[in-house]
Amino acid sequence: MIKDITIGQYFPGESFIHKLDARAKLIVVFLSLVEIFLCKNFLSLAVVVIFAIASVAISKISFKVVLKGMKMIYFIIVLTSVLQIFYNDEGTVLLDWWKLKITTGGIFTAIFMAVRIICLILVSSLLTYTTSPTTLTDGISRLLSPLNKIKIPVDTLAMMMTIALRFIPTLIEEIDKIMNAQKARGADIDSGNLIQRAKALVPIFIPLFVNSFRRAYELAFAMECRCYNGNKKRTRMKQMKFSWRDAVSFVVIAVMLAGIILLNYFFGAVI
Amino acid sequence: MSILEIKNLSYKYGVGTPFEIAALENINFSVEKGEMVAIIGHTGSGKSTLIQHFNALLKASEGQVLLDGKDINESRESAHKARFRVGLCFQYPEYQLFESTVYKDIAFGPTNMGLDKTEIDRRVRKAAEFVGLKESMFEKSPFDLSGGEKRRVAIAGVMAMEPEVLIMDEPAAGLDPRGRKVILDLIKNYREKTGSTVIIVSHSMEDVASVADRILVMNKGKIAFNDTVDEVFSHEQELREMGLNIPQITKIFSELKRYGFNLNAATYTVDDAAEEILRYLHKGGN
Ligand SMILES: Nc1ncnc2c1ncn2[C@@H]1O[C@H](COP(=O)(O)OP(=O)(O)O)[C@@H](O)[C@H]1O
Ligand SMILES: [Mg+2]
Repeated sequence: MIKDITIGQYFPGESFIHKLDARAKLIVVFLSLVEIFLCKNFLSLAVVVIFAIASVAISKISFKVVLKGMKMIYFIIVLTSVLQIFYNDEGTVLLDWWKLKITTGGIFTAIFMAVRIICLILVSSLLTYTTSPTTLTDGISRLLSPLNKIKIPVDTLAMMMTIALRFIPTLIEEIDKIMNAQKARGADIDSGNLIQRAKALVPIFIPLFVNSFRRAYELAFAMECRCYNGNKKRTRMKQMKFSWRDAVSFVVIAVMLAGIILLNYFFGAVI
Repeated sequence: MSILEIKNLSYKYGVGTPFEIAALENINFSVEKGEMVAIIGHTGSGKSTLIQHFNALLKASEGQVLLDGKDINESRESAHKARFRVGLCFQYPEYQLFESTVYKDIAFGPTNMGLDKTEIDRRVRKAAEFVGLKESMFEKSPFDLSGGEKRRVAIAGVMAMEPEVLIMDEPAAGLDPRGRKVILDLIKNYREKTGSTVIIVSHSMEDVASVADRILVMNKGKIAFNDTVDEVFSHEQELREMGLNIPQITKIFSELKRYGFNLNAATYTVDDAAEEILRYLHKGGN
């Protein structure tokens, strides 16, 4: 069901990773994604695997939740790595059948790709799991604030993003409620052919849109009543401060970068 | 035989996530045909969760819901059929209107039942009469109505299915005192005219005390009391600990009684109170 989507969800907590400054966390996540792409052999890949698993462990978010959140992407992972098997024909041939050739090189690349994608998802989903959407947009807008100089309204865009993110759970909840209400009046939502199904969406989407517009107007009025003005320099209730934790995470990421480069250099590339 | 019977019902939200919460724990109770039961409880006590089991919108993790002795979750069909026999009107139902006219919106339920045109027409008119909507409103857009009118259209939409059991989740929520009285009166009238079973959910004792035969008090996902109105109100202290209050007029009367006035403490509305006081004055306190 719609409610099972956990990607992008925030799980409040008090861990080291939760307490990192949002700006630092964004930079660290970005750098570690780059580093995951820099890996050229299984040793350097092992380093980022350890980094990803350790990060999840430190965040105190259960592995079960993280794996469940990846459920929807398993298909993509399997597809990409299976394709890799046939794209690479180096190494000894294991199977040669019609036009398909499976080689050890192909298998290695497939495994490599799968692990790499899983690491990418682990690290990036940890960002949203441990940072509230508002803090996250706040962090992004701070990092992008130099763009204000070239007349890009970063703060206004950040406010739009904050509001959009804020209302995603509300909308999901609302869809759930309206669906139940129409089901209670005998609407058959999950059976029938394509046209019947499309028609069954009308009683759900019309109230959803009507309510969303109503809510948007109310919010806009409320913001205007409080003299909201996107252009003014606005102060914040929660000031962002760098702490020793951010320094530690920068050191970790730098050491990891050095390690990956050295391992790549000394042990050659398989990919 | 009871029309609705709940056996050992338990339900959890968000199973397998950090947000897992036991919303209902081992609920047992039954509703007799033609009875009017009120389900009362503080916000978050599980009232809405409970009633969504009665028409198979939620499926219990444990336990059974029997409608006329048959498990409604037996098959997909039985669950779908239960929706027509047990009519559920959600909280703030006005936000679920969608049709282009009031008439069509009320007809949505009966149309889904596969009834013929004349029968649908009969039911729409009857339901509109129950909630006091005039025929001149039928061709209006439901989005052009006032809040109270919208709510009545939505309630009519459920009544038009002529369910054997009508469940109303907080029907008077968010209305002014007069609007509350209008809605409660029309439910009372509906029940008297049709003789159907009615379950009314509320967090206000004041609203239901005078209309319900029996009160089911929910507290933190469990049933705290399941008894007549008088019996439940005699546990004032426990109710207060659950965040519930007995009606103010009842409180005044029980205080007066303590001071030696020979009054009936089972008085729940101001109208009844006036009558009781008059009776007392006429009899000169005997
Ligand atoms: N869709 C949902 N997802 C998760 N938890 C829910 C959901 N609906 C209700 N709950 C939780 O279940 C409990 C009971 O809620 P509810 O049945 O709505 O109570 P009431 O109607 O008595 O106010 C509450 O703690 C609420 O937070
Ligand atoms: Mg409720």
